[in-house]
Amino acid sequence: MTTPIIGLEVHLQLHTEKKLFCSCPSDFAATPNTRVCPICLGLPGTLPILNQGAVILALRAALALGCTINPISSFERKHYFYPDLPKGYQITQQRQPLALGGRVETPVGAVDINRLHLEEDAGKLIHTGGGTLIDFNRSGVALVEIVTAPCLTSGSEAKAFLHSLRQVMLYANISDCKLEEGSLRCDANISLSGGERTEIKNLNSFKAVERALDYEIQRQGKAQAQGEKIIPETLRWDEAQAKTVPMRAKETPGDYLFLQEPDLPPIQIEVELVDRARMSLPELPRLRAARFVLEYGLSQERAKLLTATKEMADCFEQLVATGATSLGAANLLLGEVSRLLNLGGELPSSHQLAELLALQEAGSISVTAAKEVLAQMFAQGESAHSILKKKNLCQISDNAALEKLAEEVLARSPGPTEDYLRGKKKALGFLMGAAMEASQGRANPVVLKEILAQKITAQPKKY
Amino acid sequence: MQGGKLSATELTEYYLERSERFQGALNGYISLTRDKALETADHVDSVRRQKGHLSPLAGIPMAVKDNIAVRGVPTTCASKVLANYVSPYDATAVEKLADCPILGKANMDEFAMGSSSLTSAYGPVSNPWDLKRSPGGSSGGSAALVAAGCAPFSLGTDTGGSIRQPAAFCGITGFKPTYGRVSRRGLLPLAPSLDQMGTLTRSVEDAALVLQEICGYDSGDSTSAPHGVPDFSASLIDDVSGFAIGLPKEIMESCPDGGTSRAVEAAARKLEQAGARVSWVSMPYLDESLAAYMLIATAEAASCLARYDGVAYGYRHSSLSLEEMYTGSRIFGVEVRRRLMLGTFNLGTDSGYELGQQAREQISSHLEKLFTEIDLLLLPAAPFIAFPLAEELDPLTMYYNDVYSIPANMAGLPALALPCGESGGLPVGMQMMAPRFREDVLLQAGYTWQCRSDWHLRRPREVEL
Repeated sequence: MTTPIIGLEVHLQLHTEKKLFCSCPSDFAATPNTRVCPICLGLPGTLPILNQGAVILALRAALALGCTINPISSFERKHYFYPDLPKGYQITQQRQPLALGGRVETPVGAVDINRLHLEEDAGKLIHTGGGTLIDFNRSGVALVEIVTAPCLTSGSEAKAFLHSLRQVMLYANISDCKLEEGSLRCDANISLSGGERTEIKNLNSFKAVERALDYEIQRQGKAQAQGEKIIPETLRWDEAQAKTVPMRAKETPGDYLFLQEPDLPPIQIEVELVDRARMSLPELPRLRAARFVLEYGLSQERAKLLTATKEMADCFEQLVATGATSLGAANLLLGEVSRLLNLGGELPSSHQLAELLALQEAGSISVTAAKEVLAQMFAQGESAHSILKKKNLCQISDNAALEKLAEEVLARSPGPTEDYLRGKKKALGFLMGAAMEASQGRANPVVLKEILAQKITAQPKKY
Repeated sequence: MQGGKLSATELTEYYLERSERFQGALNGYISLTRDKALETADHVDSVRRQKGHLSPLAGIPMAVKDNIAVRGVPTTCASKVLANYVSPYDATAVEKLADCPILGKANMDEFAMGSSSLTSAYGPVSNPWDLKRSPGGSSGGSAALVAAGCAPFSLGTDTGGSIRQPAAFCGITGFKPTYGRVSRRGLLPLAPSLDQMGTLTRSVEDAALVLQEICGYDSGDSTSAPHGVPDFSASLIDDVSGFAIGLPKEIMESCPDGGTSRAVEAAARKLEQAGARVSWVSMPYLDESLAAYMLIATAEAASCLARYDGVAYGYRHSSLSLEEMYTGSRIFGVEVRRRLMLGTFNLGTDSGYELGQQAREQISSHLEKLFTEIDLLLLPAAPFIAFPLAEELDPLTMYYNDVYSIPANMAGLPALALPCGESGGLPVGMQMMAPRFREDVLLQAGYTWQCRSDWHLRRPREVEL
């Protein structure tokens, strides 16, 4: 079979308060048509005014991907007719995009970026039984479009790329990258070498991207093998049927009748602005992971896991800064904390976790109790101290208290005691279990074990 | 009014009455806005009584071309497509003139596409000098109303000559400022890279007063010029000594209306007597300039009018299919359809538009060079005088109306049309062009001319009777 050639177009809604060309708020899920003004409704005589905040954010996105910034970039009108497009054209950047080049490192290799540009979003159609309604709240929201080189060869590579891209964009705080809210959208272009290209839309999850591409590779391969021609068209991924469905014939750039936007002068990006944007970028995941290995002596695997999200990596460093050992902090975050995060929880503050770690490292809390405290922390957001107090979970490390406990257990269990004295060392395990249970798991096991062993041998012989 | 001898309401009532009286003969308005005008006048009067702050032109009524957005009244662009469209906001220029009562929205060519005001969906406008003739266009209503004394001044727009040619046809003063001087916010575009708002007035002096109010940077228009606005009245000096005036040889020799070229040349000699130096210059690219203009203007218009799809506002053809709704909602007139077809053909890369832009750059740089030798250009405002309404001009002849005015739009220059004579009993207009942002040169030269001539004081007889 011939090699599949895949390129992706990713749209990200920028994390800006205002839309790209007007002052309307760009918040998600507001009541339909309440985030609109004459400009984003495209009313006659209105003019677009570029939101500088969006430019800076797009600039940061481009720098985070290692793109080269064009000192001068321009806007074009892309014409097409659709009811959610109030001006009959979308303002985008065609000829001179904001940035060119760049790459995203993924676990399965680097993916080259062709270009990154700014453009405005369209409104949204809502189909009802009684007809189709239009919500223009999204109309004019600032987007960046990121176009990869046609360098991907499989659905899984595409998925890996999207995960890595999303990670970097979240790190740099460019977009909230939520597929379900449409703040990250992906279209895929695919052809088999020598064949025509199709575009797949309606890819609502990373999984859908992978499945749709794999399906399309198969479909095109089969068609090629049977000598059929691939029609260059735009397809829709039908999740329920698990297949691609034709939508319309593929547009060529000429169909859009691009026109340099006469209402907007070109964007001029000064070197100082680029420098400032670069400075404002946080350390990105790959570099941070490498530093974690060097600085904290972590394994590469653990460093990678800890830097998966900026929040996790920040939390780790804050824990270490407040005195936790890197080992303890890593164990906590990659163990129980990650488990709870995967269950859908939100990361507690590093302050809360530091408190817990300090208690654990001072031996004032058992592993079991720590788990319970953490669960409580995720659920209620309470501090470790207050949970411990409420739940009476403090570890007993006090010698006198543990000695008393040991004596009670030995007195209650003459059998095992004798077994132990007769050389059955395993019997100590039973005694430990009984003592831990009696203390409701709060006894410091290391100290208790010592005391128990000592007490048995010191028992007066009965015979 | 400042002395309390005349109220804004009285003045507005006077112009409203005249406007209503001559509406049947002229058809200068698409909508008359009596209530709105009197409301503004009443507000001005009460502020004046309380000695509150008022802008210099407060209480002077005006007519506004119907492609300029005025809140709460229909803004139709003389098209059926926008018949039911009421703007929810004011154009920036209208905001700046908030104390001027708006008498009504002036008739025009549909979407400003035309040089006759014959393409209006609301019927043609008559020229007050001869009701059977065209007032020119596209700001035909704005020009006719000022010429007939129905409005003291009006706002118009000029993409290829739409202020200057009608001003010439109607014997009044038309001023198109430098591109970027007046905010385009609220101007329903024909071709955004060429459009500019300007004034139609009785005199250069009036033009200076209105321009003073509407010029200036606007953060609501990204193409608006950051340049400071000088005191225009300071340029109202009767003196052109030392001004170097260029007279384009090809134009003066080939102007199809002999009366026009004679009147313009006579005016040049008169300015020479007043101390100006007049020399022949060459602009050997007028036909190419017209062609390039059509490529650019039609392409941009096709883009700008794409929004009139009937979806969110304006006329909508009711139909079950989306395709039919789109096609059925495009109820444009013949000229608009012609230009949209041409423009769509010219859009896109490697297209006519690109070619037009290249020619435009050459014209701009030629004019820039020319202005290192001269202070202003003097030429006819239009190649024709007012033509009969009944005359069916073919589209190319119609486009030729703008051949002398287009270079100013292509290069973004300020230009002024002034009455300078008559030809066959009808007004003749001359035109002055100056370098970008040199409105002061035009005002001074124009004022000097009007100090030494009385063409701008003449009134059309027909309407007075």
